[in-house]
Amino acid sequence: MPPTSVYTVSQVSAYIKSLFAEDVLLGDLWLSGEISNFKQATSGHCYFTLKDATSCIKAVIWRTQANGMRLPREGDAVVAHGYVSVYEPRGDYQFYVDALQPGGIGWLWQEFQRLKTQLEAEGLFEAARKRPIQSLPLRLGIVTSPAAAALRDILRTLDRRFPLVSVLLAPCAVQGDLAPAGIVAAIQALNRWSTEREPLDTIIIARGGGSLEELWAFNDERVARAIAASSIPVISGVGHETDFTIADFVADLRAPTPTGAATAAVPDMRELRIALAGLFSVAQNEIGARLDAARSGTQTLAARLERLSPQRGIAEDRQRLDDLQRRATLAMANRLATWHERVRSRQQYLDGIHPANVLARGYSIVTRAGDEVVSSTEQVSPGERIHVRVSDGTFGAEVTGNQGESK
Amino acid sequence: MSQAPCTFEDLYQELEETVRRLEAGNLPLAESLALFERGAALTEQCNALLDQAELRVRQLVVRADGSLEAEAGDSLQQGPEDWPGRA
Repeated sequence: MPPTSVYTVSQVSAYIKSLFAEDVLLGDLWLSGEISNFKQATSGHCYFTLKDATSCIKAVIWRTQANGMRLPREGDAVVAHGYVSVYEPRGDYQFYVDALQPGGIGWLWQEFQRLKTQLEAEGLFEAARKRPIQSLPLRLGIVTSPAAAALRDILRTLDRRFPLVSVLLAPCAVQGDLAPAGIVAAIQALNRWSTEREPLDTIIIARGGGSLEELWAFNDERVARAIAASSIPVISGVGHETDFTIADFVADLRAPTPTGAATAAVPDMRELRIALAGLFSVAQNEIGARLDAARSGTQTLAARLERLSPQRGIAEDRQRLDDLQRRATLAMANRLATWHERVRSRQQYLDGIHPANVLARGYSIVTRAGDEVVSSTEQVSPGERIHVRVSDGTFGAEVTGNQGESK
Repeated sequence: MSQAPCTFEDLYQELEETVRRLEAGNLPLAESLALFERGAALTEQCNALLDQAELRVRQLVVRADGSLEAEAGDSLQQGPEDWPGRA
């Protein structure tokens, strides 16, 4: 009996691969197991087998993922994240790993994921809940262990960047079973202090790097809720850059490290000095420009004022007066000269008609008794004594005849 | 409760406001000059605060009766070399 349909190997492999791809569980899962046959090829890709007591599964970490990863060693118990798919050339199914955590803590991860999902659903991680961090804080609260290197890092950073800030340390254990309750109490004590005594601007919750178990207190639900309930904005700085804790998600600001948290909490004094110098120089330029404008405005006004000054008018008047005076003097002199001329001509005329001068030319004046000047023949009669006045005196004379003058 | 009369933030904000008003212009010259003098004084005060600043570290203590106290512990009062956590 001939087969009704025949498939190629490739077709079946592709079909199986498509089934894997459709599966929800296989597409995104955490897998715990023990590493065996681990080897990294020269290409950088890692190949190994994950196994437990009864089964094994081939696993791959691509080079790009392997680069950022602390690679496991033979026999390590791990929890790996990735997806399962088919490698068709060999007919194998394989686990493609994109994240790897030390094993034996699978339940911690499950718990982490459960709490993260729950708090996220409650809205505790919402960006809208995040409060701004005071940029020029006066007082900081710090929640960490007084014995921890984290505190030293924070204080060094604060001292270097902004020693104006006053620090209030709320000491507590940061790892171990008692740590969550201690951290919660410290956050609450700082909030009380802030309300009852001196307001705090920011709280830093910090812990240095450590294993997942060591950082576990910062994944505690009580701690998360205490951070969310804090009336003071919280900066978290827990572990290293790659560590993310629930506290980080709830905090108003997540810093990668304790030092990073201190850096985020305060401004840099050097930048402040530059900003201060900048502000002052703006003020200087501004006032300089104002003064220049005022100065040049004043000069313009002064020039206008001078043009309008009565002094100027007075000077002009004075000049006009001088001019008039000069002209008056000149006119007067001319007038006088004219008068002199006239007087002199009158003088000459008068001189010309003066009786003495007339007598000098040979004329004489005849008078009769009583000094009556004789100017007519009718005034005298023959025999009458008369006086004749000539230029140098008088003499007596007698009228001898009187012809009268024919007309 | 002791609070410094003028914090750095107060001074800095006043300086910013002063410069802003100065920049806005449209003020009589005498007022501009007064603002500038205020700005210069504020700048000086801010710088002086930064110059003199010394990180103050205290430790919060919860007393048996539940009351809070801030203690300047011996080790906390001294310089960075003596801060807790030093290896």
